[in-house]
Amino acid sequence: MRARGWLVGTGALLAGIAVLATGLGLAGYDAGLALGALWSGAFGSWYAITSATLVRSVPLVVIGLGLAIAFRAGAFNIGAEGQFYAGAIAATWLGLHVGSLPAPLAAAAVLSVALLAGALWVAVPVLLRVRYGVLEVISTLLLNFVAEATMSLVVQGPLQERQGIYPQSDAIAEAARLPLMPGTRLHAGFLIALAGAAVLHHLFTRTVWGFQLRAVGLGQRAAEISGRIDSRWAVAGALAISGAIAGLAGGIEVAGVSYALFQNLSPGYGFTAIAVALLGRLHPLGVVLAGILFGALEAGASAMQREAGVPAVAVYVVEAVVILVVLLAESLRRGGTTALAAIGSATGTAWGRG
Amino acid sequence: MTETIPLVAGFLAAAVRVATPIMLAATGETITQRSGVLNLGIEGMMLAGALAATLGATAVGPWTGVALGIGAGMLLAAVFALVVIGARADQVIAGTAITLGAVGLTGTIYRQAYGAGGAGLDLPTLAPIPLPGLSSLPILGPALFSQPAPTYLGFLAVPIVWWLLFRTRAGLALRATGESAEVARASGVPTRRVRAAATLAGGGFAGLAGATLVLAQVGSFAERMTAGRGYVAIAIVVLGRWHPAGVAVAALAFGAAMALQFLFQTLELDLPYQLFLMLPYVLALLALAGMVGRVRAPADLAKP
Repeated sequence: MRARGWLVGTGALLAGIAVLATGLGLAGYDAGLALGALWSGAFGSWYAITSATLVRSVPLVVIGLGLAIAFRAGAFNIGAEGQFYAGAIAATWLGLHVGSLPAPLAAAAVLSVALLAGALWVAVPVLLRVRYGVLEVISTLLLNFVAEATMSLVVQGPLQERQGIYPQSDAIAEAARLPLMPGTRLHAGFLIALAGAAVLHHLFTRTVWGFQLRAVGLGQRAAEISGRIDSRWAVAGALAISGAIAGLAGGIEVAGVSYALFQNLSPGYGFTAIAVALLGRLHPLGVVLAGILFGALEAGASAMQREAGVPAVAVYVVEAVVILVVLLAESLRRGGTTALAAIGSATGTAWGRG
Repeated sequence: MTETIPLVAGFLAAAVRVATPIMLAATGETITQRSGVLNLGIEGMMLAGALAATLGATAVGPWTGVALGIGAGMLLAAVFALVVIGARADQVIAGTAITLGAVGLTGTIYRQAYGAGGAGLDLPTLAPIPLPGLSSLPILGPALFSQPAPTYLGFLAVPIVWWLLFRTRAGLALRATGESAEVARASGVPTRRVRAAATLAGGGFAGLAGATLVLAQVGSFAERMTAGRGYVAIAIVVLGRWHPAGVAVAALAFGAAMALQFLFQTLELDLPYQLFLMLPYVLALLALAGMVGRVRAPADLAKP
């Protein structure tokens, strides 16, 4: 089973790279040069691995872990992008004011407030779902636009830098910044991501809560009847936690990478993380690996643009092909269930065909 | 008070102009969703339509652009259909992937074709066609009857799609497939072919919507220019209760909410403009909450 997963993943990646190479060749680029730059930008040196690939993977892994919780419960949170922004805004606001606190405390406060902001931002879809039955796919999606506008508002308003010229905030206090690995730009957020994955693995496999999530995700009625689970609140809880974690990712990005707020802080992390969570089959370890893979692709893409003149956005095509090939392989193997149900049966639940 | 009338007329014209691409995409998505397929890829299909329309319009002319736009939307829809209908893969994931791929593809092709800046792109666009007589009506004339061709197409599509969905055997088969594919299949409906056709139609509409955005609204292409309009169209389908007329009304209301920002700019109110950027989405959320219990999605939506 495991070996097969690796095989599918590797095959999908190769297919994606092949599509990219063919496309670049047809478009008249030097495909060899471009792929070489892609590789060296992602894995070519210790600095590239740590400061480009891993730094880029942190938000994808953290958001992806949160989404894995929501997706396991069958709650489609498409609004991680907005929750990420909510967390980043709150983190920056507090980060500007905690200069007098001791370092670990300041950073902890900043990350906590980011977590809280993410939870508050997702509270609207949670409420709308529980109280009014509004599909979270739609409500979380709509709130992304509100978050984007809010971001634009705060960087030109309350949080704008002191001179009031640029649409960005001042840098947060030194004390609020996450420590870096010496000689690299890799910050402690990476450790948070790994620790989170380990904790989540334990929760998913060893606790009643983990079981309930899976049960609800596979079939709400069945979960209620056979497991006496309040599925409405199980789903709402999973949605809320996923939003809080996406907010945390926004805080980590500010405290570990950007140190300031600006309009396009996220190049679509919230959307790419959906793919990361699913490619990682909603398993914490899988999410970490998928996040690092996509982090590497996006880090390599910047190098590809610099050195071969290929637009960095071209790697989105690779990511899309990877997802589609994995989907095809999964579906063909299972003879047609949804990917979520397929994942459920892969994790060994009794009613995988739910 | 004499300047109120042109102000209102201008606002209405802007509302219809802004609503048109969303209305077209949402009409197509209504067909798709009625067959039981949730296509989150229409954002990407719109984007592909927008770029194809740009290429076609610069090479030949605006109508070639429209045709290529529709073709590009249908091409991506064919890939999507292959994955979600052919291989019965998860629709939400596949749709997300299609959109991601379209962002990459259009960005790459655009830069290859026009260089990194892409500025100074001079496009032949679709000019407004004033309908004789009607366009000189006060207030409503310029808003409704002096628009580019795609707006008329959008309005025309509403009764046509309604008739196809609710008054023909094919439409009945399509809706049956969306409500219960199993039952429909048992009564002899080729459900997979129906869903594939509905998905292709939705992709064509999305492509047309993208072409409209470039050729009748903005006048040029920019990377990620659809900026979530495809996703908005999906919300509009829910707001319009999966009915072509409801969808058209919801799209026009959303367009009006978006056009408010132009109105308030002219009024020079001392409020941050971002509040008006948020307004349409907040209103849509409120409308969704207000619809509780009065709306039901096709029962087999998003089930493979």
